[in-house]
Amino acid sequence: MGLWVVKITFGEGIVLACQCCAAPASEFTPEQERAFEELLARYRGEKGALIPVLQEAQDIFGYLPKEVMERISRELRVPFSKTFGVATFYAQFHLKPRGRNIVRVCLGTACHVRGGAKIYEATQDALGIPSGETTPDRRFTFEYVACLGCCALAPVVMVNQDTHGRMTPSKVPEVLKQYK
Amino acid sequence: MKSLAELRQRLQEEFRRALTKPLIRVGLGSCGIAAGGEKVMAAIREEAAARGLDLDVITTSCIGMCYKEPTIEVVLPGRAGVVYGDVTVKAVPQIIESHVVNGQPFLDLAVMQIPDGAEPYPDIPFMEQTPYYAKQVRTVTSRLGRTNPESIEEYIVTGGYEALEKVLSSMTPEEVIEEIKKSGLRGRGGAGFPTGMKWQFTRGAPGDQKYVVCNADEGDPGAFMDRSVLEGDPHSVLEGMIIAGYAIGASEGYIYCRAEYPLAIRRLTIAIAQAEQYGLLGDNILDSGFSFRIKIKQGAGAFVCGEETALLTSIEGNRGMPRVRPPFPAQKGLWGKPTNINNVETFANVPFIIRRGGDWFAAMGTEKSKGSKVFCLAGKVRNTGLLEVPMGITLREVIFDLAGGIREGKKYKAVQIGGPSGGCLPEDKLDLPVDYESLTAAGAIMGSGGMVVMDEDTCMVDVARFFLSFTQKESCGKCTPCREGTKRMLEILTRITEGQGRPEDLEVLERLGHVVRNTSLCGLGQTCPNPVLSTLRYFRHEYEAHIFDKKCPAHTCRALITYYILEDKCNGCTRCLRVCPAGAIAGEKKKLHVIDPAKCTRCGTCMEKCKFGAVAVM
Repeated sequence: MGLWVVKITFGEGIVLACQCCAAPASEFTPEQERAFEELLARYRGEKGALIPVLQEAQDIFGYLPKEVMERISRELRVPFSKTFGVATFYAQFHLKPRGRNIVRVCLGTACHVRGGAKIYEATQDALGIPSGETTPDRRFTFEYVACLGCCALAPVVMVNQDTHGRMTPSKVPEVLKQYK
Repeated sequence: MKSLAELRQRLQEEFRRALTKPLIRVGLGSCGIAAGGEKVMAAIREEAAARGLDLDVITTSCIGMCYKEPTIEVVLPGRAGVVYGDVTVKAVPQIIESHVVNGQPFLDLAVMQIPDGAEPYPDIPFMEQTPYYAKQVRTVTSRLGRTNPESIEEYIVTGGYEALEKVLSSMTPEEVIEEIKKSGLRGRGGAGFPTGMKWQFTRGAPGDQKYVVCNADEGDPGAFMDRSVLEGDPHSVLEGMIIAGYAIGASEGYIYCRAEYPLAIRRLTIAIAQAEQYGLLGDNILDSGFSFRIKIKQGAGAFVCGEETALLTSIEGNRGMPRVRPPFPAQKGLWGKPTNINNVETFANVPFIIRRGGDWFAAMGTEKSKGSKVFCLAGKVRNTGLLEVPMGITLREVIFDLAGGIREGKKYKAVQIGGPSGGCLPEDKLDLPVDYESLTAAGAIMGSGGMVVMDEDTCMVDVARFFLSFTQKESCGKCTPCREGTKRMLEILTRITEGQGRPEDLEVLERLGHVVRNTSLCGLGQTCPNPVLSTLRYFRHEYEAHIFDKKCPAHTCRALITYYILEDKCNGCTRCLRVCPAGAIAGEKKKLHVIDPAKCTRCGTCMEKCKFGAVAVM
């Protein structure tokens, strides 16, 4: 997560800022802003709304920018520490911008015994980044998952919503080529 | 009270009328889609349009033969349905030409036929004659691959919501609980707690607001039965939940489904909307005065949330960390109210038990484990897929008779049952009956029902390391023994697989395993040492080979293996030399190649690429 610094801003109290992912707030499009406002309005006052709100906010922005999490905390009246705690507890949430295509290599049991680790390495070599990272051109984000539930087709790689079964290391570059 | 009988009859007539033209069902579960089912469906539509054929092309779910995906079923009016496997886009015109146009099933790809009372074909085995289905009973999976999961009408026609009608019109909540108790149904999510008893506790707990929660956070790697049921028969889960709501006195239900199952969530959403439209969910269901609502909550990617108290904490919007029990969820669950949590498969069994009676269910299975159980078979078996078998069947029957044994003629080594909480069972446990007690006594657990079969090429130390690395990452960190213990155990296992094992490691592993098991709060910590302890129990010699002989008997652990080229098989084609990413292979055309072990990264690419089987490993 990089370095954390405490930044004191008058009027807003203490703000935690992460230096590695500090993105300017103006990056959001008007459509995103509108969708976000609509989302907050929809969940206002609902019990246990934090996780669904974070999920839908991530759908809107592609990740969870700091400003967005702060706004959610204020709107749902939960401390920022809790929002941050929840966002970092679950694997699904991302605090950094993500690539246009999400490559997930399955390392579940069935994939593991059928050579999932080799697929993982081949993907790592093809993309030139370790898992959890995004290529500099933001074309790919590379992750591994514990199980995609397609064990009969092991080993499996999922790119976005497409599942590619019965993979071999040499098929990896071919599969990746399809995604721009 | 309103009855569905008239509607059911009307729908039945409608469906009969619709059967005047050919029908093709395409298996589009997640695995079918992954195998190319959608492309096959598009090809069928194109082919039909090109030939000007009038036929229905329908989405169905996974029939369970994952090893034959994509599968389709072709039904001509008045004839048996024929299931085809390994259907490629290229094969579609042949199947349509032969079967739909000429009325002759395309035998090359036909797997089996299902008459449903219609006229069968010669030369194609019936479903129940095929080795894969012969010993199966299809209850929870009966609609899978046979009906359209996105159609409530098909659910109703096949007896759906009859159980709910029966319950609301003629049974008291106590009678419902009594019937479930009589059936002997036990939780299908892992621990096997008697379902009827759980319902009774929740009913008996004081409180005006109660909840029903469906645990659909199927996180065990190697388990996909809940996904298949949700994708294939979502209404059966809803019906089970509504009945549970009536029995315990709840008006609200939640389905906690993991976000990694987008198709299951989509089909559940459709099913809930349809049930509401038909007045089967919502206020005053079927004019009975009983109201019940169901909401879907999406998990956010935390394995520990499959544990019931962590799941509840997560629904409440917190980090999914388990709570101390007691109080059990039946007394104090969601938002402090009495809550009944059951797994997907448990709920899916309920409508069948109510319709056919508890005695019918209790007649199947063993003394303490009743009914049938859905298992997912994956790993090194020939026929991977989903199967529903009566409790008490032996592991040997499942792995060798139904699943066809080990692939490529290799030797069976172990079956891993119950996911990261389960254990690995060796060959001499193959005649063990599959029931809760026997599996636990052998050091595994029923768990959710994932079975991953391993052959001689699987290193058991590596498997233990694999599971530990999983549970170590997924440990929520609340209890020190689990948080720290899994980390230390993983370090030791990693060390052993890297050839740095120490003589005292095995004893330390066992001691740590017992501490973590005895002192953790929730199921994750209490069961996560099982893969280590069970492999230590049955495959100790493999650990010893790693530590003392610095050898990996299965040739899996990289630090302990060497690739080399077989002189008599290498013909000097330079293929391996060209693909080696490390430049570790030397040689010239038509001359023997040699691998330099110092440069070799043991990636195995040469072995994968060699067409002559000239690369070996020791």
